[in-house]
Formats: sequence, structure tokens, C-alpha cells
Amino acid sequence: MAHKDVLGMWGEEVAADYLATEGYSIIDRRWRCARGEIDIVVERDGELAFVEVKTRRTLRFGHPLEAITPAKFSRLRILAGEWCQSTTRSIAGIRIDAIGIVGDGVLVHSLDHRAGVIA
Amino acid sequence: MSIGRTRAVALSGVSGTIVDVEVDIASGLPAIVLVGLPDASLGEAKDRVRSAITNSGFSVPPTRVTVNLSPASLPKQGSGFDLGIALAVLAGSGIVPSETVAQCVHLGELALDGRVRPVAGVLPAVVAARENGASAVMVPWGNRAEAELVPGIRVLAVSSLRHAASRHGADIDVPETEPLVPAAAISMPLDDRDLADVVGQPDVVEALIVAAAGNHHTFMLGSPGAGKTMLAERLVNILPDLTQQDALEVTSIASLANLQAVDTLVTRPPFEAPHHTATAVSIIGGGSGVIRPGAVSRASRGVLFLDEAPEFSPAVLDALRQPLESGVITIHRARQVAQFPAHVQLVLAANPCPCGNAGDPSADCTCTPDRRRRYLGRLSGPILDRVDIHIPVRRVARARLLDASEPRVTTAEARARIVEAQNAARARWGSELPSAHELRAGRFRLDPRVMSPLDSALDRGALSMRGYDRTIRIAWTVADLDGSPAPTRDHVGRALYLRQGVTA
Repeated sequence: MAHKDVLGMWGEEVAADYLATEGYSIIDRRWRCARGEIDIVVERDGELAFVEVKTRRTLRFGHPLEAITPAKFSRLRILAGEWCQSTTRSIAGIRIDAIGIVGDGVLVHSLDHRAGVIA
Repeated sequence: MSIGRTRAVALSGVSGTIVDVEVDIASGLPAIVLVGLPDASLGEAKDRVRSAITNSGFSVPPTRVTVNLSPASLPKQGSGFDLGIALAVLAGSGIVPSETVAQCVHLGELALDGRVRPVAGVLPAVVAARENGASAVMVPWGNRAEAELVPGIRVLAVSSLRHAASRHGADIDVPETEPLVPAAAISMPLDDRDLADVVGQPDVVEALIVAAAGNHHTFMLGSPGAGKTMLAERLVNILPDLTQQDALEVTSIASLANLQAVDTLVTRPPFEAPHHTATAVSIIGGGSGVIRPGAVSRASRGVLFLDEAPEFSPAVLDALRQPLESGVITIHRARQVAQFPAHVQLVLAANPCPCGNAGDPSADCTCTPDRRRRYLGRLSGPILDRVDIHIPVRRVARARLLDASEPRVTTAEARARIVEAQNAARARWGSELPSAHELRAGRFRLDPRVMSPLDSALDRGALSMRGYDRTIRIAWTVADLDGSPAPTRDHVGRALYLRQGVTA
């Protein structure tokens, strides 16, 4: 596995732990379909959140959340719709969250959780 | 989360509107979103602002930064908002004290390295800021001299974004940077062209002085090489200096047209001589997006010289009719309206025929009568009717060219006479010129015996009603130049001669 993928996996673990401590229940992880992958699906108070996690070692190439371009964001929206169609759950509301993590695979320097982002 | 505010100016023509720049730094994906009807160059501000802030050693918050330019319905253009947006972002993120930034009006474009670039239209923008009660304005270093022409407002000139932040009280060090300055002016000095260079044409010189004293539109007709262009260039030199108010207007237009680096008030009347291939938009003003002043506005309070007038497209010449009457030009586009001054003194020059020799006793004209008629027929009646003074310019015989004893009028002498005549006219008429009706039948009505040459010309059909009114104005100008309190029959006769000197 490439270095970047190891870091990404680690970041997703960190994000999932963080969301759990915030009172979210994890519904799904690394859900895949033909169009792509959703990192984490969580639920709290009946509202679903589709979480995209971005991890970087340093800020030298910009904040990790800057990697979520408008094109990537619109793909996330489509994926969220696909996920909803694939489930039988009753859904009260959905939103898309982004979590940016700066860390080296062991230590977390910063974690940014943006709830309900828009492109 | 946090809000940063400041102010900038949106220009429409030479009038400016204060624009509130609001920056909201809120949770969301990192992005700068610009709302409030920006045009393409203003829409690109977000990329310039991001680079300039980063390269100045600050950072753009990695969140959603919404920039609103209010009033949101007013179309805004150009790069002059960059400095305001960047400082509002810095104020919103707590790097710069937000109170002082909110008070000040900001103008300036940002270079990617964080330096502040000079922009066009600083003078009218600073005037607008002052009229809207702003006490301080921050401008690019390269526009400092221009901004300081406006009294009654504090001017802070900055060379870089760091410099700007520190002027607003941010506790940062400002490294020495080389300020960006506008390109040096390309000037065509006409000052050395003295009226005394004109030889052997005393009546033409006198007609030119009348035209200058009364701001009468002039048409010169003559063979090639007779000196029409030479005379037009000297006309602008014999005009008196601009008044303070006119100087501000002329400098504003020059700043807006971005013709030159404006660092001093323009005190001499402008001279514009567009080539005859000019389009209507280049003469009248317009353009897509930004409405720019045309030649008629750039020549406002000065001389608009159309050499080879029949070669201009008839549509271009006829588009001049309305601004010549009203002194302003209002340009309408789908989303905006801009008004520019257009107080020009129009000078037309033409050859009598395509070969140029018609009417010259020493040369043969090779044009057919029909061609000759068509050539001058391209100058429409309505435009020629608005021209007060028609001057025939003939080739000068060699004997007169070499005659050094003939008295010549210098520019300084002519200007002194013109200033005196204009002072007399102002003393009599006040600030407002009397209407044509007042001159014809109102309190400035002349004795019927004095008016008889004009009346009979009107009866013969040699003069239009407009021509009649305009000839009365010329008669007053001639009288003022003579130091006479009112026109005599002789003055009216000379006015009629000036009006009809050329029968095209």
C-alpha cells in the first residue's frame, strides 16, 4: 500500500473516533459504488451526514480541505444520493460534512470538522 | 463567525458610488465567493487577493469566505476593489484592526506578490469618496499625486498589502518594497506652436481668435498644405487656462481614460484629433463592460479637431450632433448608464474636393462637379448648421510667405485678448449663458437697425433659424473682442461674414 493510502486510512480512523466521541453513530464506512467511495456515513438525531475525510502531513501545500474542489463536492452529492437509494432506512435529512486532518500517522496536529458544507 | 467591512468606490462614467465591502468568514470548505454583480476582471479579484495575502505572509482562513459588494444590484467593474477586499478579509480574520479598516475607503489593484498596483479613475473615485463623507482614502503609491489633487480628504498611499495593514495599525514589520508606478506619460507638447508661425493669413487668425473667445465651432475649408492642421493646433494654445472646476473635470476624464499617469491637475485645455477611421464608439464613448469616455469627452473643455472631416463616416459625425448641443453625453447600455461631459469646441477641416485644388487660382481641379458636390455633401446639413464659423483657408503666395515685415499675432497676445473678451462676457451674462430667445427677443435684444444684415439674410433663406441665433452669439463675441459694450451693425456684418465665409 502506498504511503498516501496508509496516511488516508489512518486519517479515516481518527475521524471515525472523533465522530463517535461527538455522539454520532457510525452507519457505514468506505461504502463503494461504481461512481466512487464515501468515507464515513454517520447519524445523529435522525440526520445523516456523509463525511469526506482529507489528511495531510503538513500545511505546506495548503489546508487539507482545499483538496475538496467544487467538482469533487458535486461527486459527493451524487454519491450521497446513490447511498440513500441503496438503503431501506427512513431518512429525515442529510448533509455533507468535511473533516480535514493534519497529522503524521501517529500524532494529530489539527482536526477540522465542517458540518453541512456547500460548494 | 466573523465579519470584516470596508468601503470602495464603483465608477459609472465620472460619477462614483460608495460600495460597502463585507466579508463573512464562515464555516465551510475553503473558498472565496464573490457576490454583488462583479464583471470578469473583478471576479478574478478572488485569485489575486488569495495570492497577495499568502505572499504577504498572511493566510486566507481555510474556510468559506463570502465577499459581498453592496449595493448588490449595481454592476461593478475593474480591479480597484482588490485592496478593499483583501483588507476586509484580514480585518475579518483579526489580523488588522477592523474599526480603522471600516472607516477608510480603499482603491487599488493587488499584484500577486502583494504589491499595490495603480488603477485608472482614482481622481473621480476620490472625489466621490469625499462627497460621501469619507475622511480618509487609501490609494496605490503610484496614484498618490493624483489622489492628493482632491482637497478635504486624507490620502494614505501604500505600496504593498503589508504596508496597508501596518498603516491600519497591524503590528507587523514592513519590508522595503519597490512601489509599482504607472507607465510614464506619452505627451505631445503643443506648447511650442505659436500663433506667430502663421504667416500671410491675418483674417484667418482673426477668425480663429473669435472662435476661441466665444467657443464657437469652426469649419476650415482649404487646399492641402494651406495650413488647416497648423491652425487647429494653435487654436488650443490660444485658449485661456482652465478654471479650477474645469481642470478637475478634465483631469478626471484623463484619469478615467487612463491615457497618462495623472500626477498634476491638467490646466491646459485638451486637444483631441482622432483619425478619420474612428468608430462612433471611439468618438462618443462606450464599450462592453466598462463604459469608457470617447474622444468628445476627452476633448471636453478643449478642442476636438476632425481633420479630413468628409472622410469620417457620416454616422460618426451625426452622432456628434446631440452632445454638441447639450454639452453632455449620456451613454446607455442594457445594465448601466454613464454620463460624461462633452463641452467641446469642434473644429472641422476639409479639402474643397477630393483632389484638393478646387477654388485655387494657381492649380487646376481635376474633379468632376458631381464628385466635388458629393465630397462635401458627406458633411450633413445639420452638423454644418451647428458650426458657427466657416473659415476659408487659402494657399499663401510666396511673396507673403517671405515678407517679414507683416505684423503677426503671437499666442500670448491672442490669449490676452481672449481672456479680456471672456471676462467681459462673463461680467455681462453671469455664469449662465442667455438662451437664444433672450438674445433674439429678450433683454439682450439688439436694435433692428443693427440687426438688419441678419434679418435680410434670414429673409433670403441664406440662414436657418439656428444659424440666425448663432450669428447673434458670434456678433456678441466680436463686440467683446473689440471692447464694445454691445454689437454694432459692423460687428453683426462681420459675424455674418464669419458664419458664411464658406458656402459649401
